[in-house]
Amino acid sequence: MVQPRIGSRLRSRARRQWIAAAAFVGYWVLWELIARAGIFYEGVIPSSIAILRALYEIAFDRALYLNTAVTAFEVAVAILIGCGCGLAFGLLGGAVRTIGAAYEPYVHYLAPTPKIVFLPVLLLCFGVGFGTKIALGALSAFFPMAIATLAGVRGVDPVLLRVGQSFNLSRLQLAVKIYLPALRAPVLTGLKLGFGFALIGVLLAEIKLSNAGLGFMAIQYYNHFEMAELYALMMIIFLLAGGVNALVDRLTPRRWGR
Amino acid sequence: MRVSTILGLATVAAAAALLELLVASGVLPAYIFVRPSAMLFSIVGLFREEALLERLLVTLGATLLSAAMAVVSGVSLGWALYRCRLLDEVFGTWIAALAAAPLILLYPLFLVVFGRGEPTIIAMAYVASLVAMTLKTRDGLAGVRSVLRAVGASFRVTPAQLFWRIELPAAAPAIFTGIRLALIFALINVIGIEFMINDGGIGGLIADLADRYEVPSMYAAILFVVLASVAFFWATERAERWFNPA
Repeated sequence: MVQPRIGSRLRSRARRQWIAAAAFVGYWVLWELIARAGIFYEGVIPSSIAILRALYEIAFDRALYLNTAVTAFEVAVAILIGCGCGLAFGLLGGAVRTIGAAYEPYVHYLAPTPKIVFLPVLLLCFGVGFGTKIALGALSAFFPMAIATLAGVRGVDPVLLRVGQSFNLSRLQLAVKIYLPALRAPVLTGLKLGFGFALIGVLLAEIKLSNAGLGFMAIQYYNHFEMAELYALMMIIFLLAGGVNALVDRLTPRRWGR
Repeated sequence: MRVSTILGLATVAAAAALLELLVASGVLPAYIFVRPSAMLFSIVGLFREEALLERLLVTLGATLLSAAMAVVSGVSLGWALYRCRLLDEVFGTWIAALAAAPLILLYPLFLVVFGRGEPTIIAMAYVASLVAMTLKTRDGLAGVRSVLRAVGASFRVTPAQLFWRIELPAAAPAIFTGIRLALIFALINVIGIEFMINDGGIGGLIADLADRYEVPSMYAAILFVVLASVAFFWATERAERWFNPA
């Protein structure tokens, strides 16, 4: 029974890979047709060859690595601050029921508001530089982490807590032996979402008003109408974001039911 | 009123009073921070001098239009993905990948294609909402219990009847969630792009006031956007619960 099942799974995987490859070729042909059809103004949709050439040139340009380092630094600090505060809020709100019930509605309803509108206020507070971009990223990263942690603390199985209490575990032991393992999955989910929102916040701030970073690089290409370079850079940004997401996914154990 | 509600409201009131005091006493610089009382006063001025109501209507119009487009095409696309396995295998992975991608960063490309103005704002919000709507519809239809379809088959319903009378009502909860998400994503993207390109409704107004360095009005506009967004999310949540009490 086992062998035919494995065989059919392999066939199914091979079929999916073929379909994915065929879809990729289909997208590519469609793109080329649109690029060469002259529907849009010249250069708006560059050919894939021009984009690949731009990708090659950007990959060997020192500016890409300098700007990537700037953005990576800003996103990392933003996550540290935003997710750190979100984690603290979630733990406190989950542990002290009154605090959780008092502030959760504010977090819940403020979470989906567009954070970019706070940029002018942050600019007034921190000026043009790292501070503003990090602050916007941190503000964006706070909410998903706070919500995920709060839900995680509340979702800890009460049976586990009762078992812990029956063994007379101290508060510290409860935290280390029960809460910490149970919170791993929600915290990693919060981190993943927080990363995505922090990246968007930092890049939008760089696009709007900055002199360094990948967002700044993108808006420079836009201002100079270097469309192939802009498409290539967007591909790099999306690949970087996807890579970090995949990394966090790998850190999340499967048995936690992602 | 519950203790937690009182605590929440008291914290907001205390924070506002503290800010008022610190700015009024000069501890916090008045060219950076604004007294909450002045903010509220400026909101009234925004209605008179900056046509805030019209700006709000422009934003809401763009939000509703892009969300409506996303609902129509998202439900159709979700249904197509559910019905045709090959289509799901070809596009499903890409659409799921798009759901996690920072799509708003593509707005410079949209600016080049659609120009600086409403079409870019609506197109960007449409794309952001479409992904959620499509995935929710597909998942909702895929989650319809097979026993319901079997009942339909025993009554010998046609494929059209099966969809309209059984599959669509059974998938309605997921579709309503999709509609709510589409509305939320549309509003976030509309305000965000308006702010970024300094055009259109209330997002554009904030950028405009920041450029003119009208600090109290800018704060008032931000407060208004936050309050309007919160009211919008609250309304969509209530509507979803009303349509889908389960």
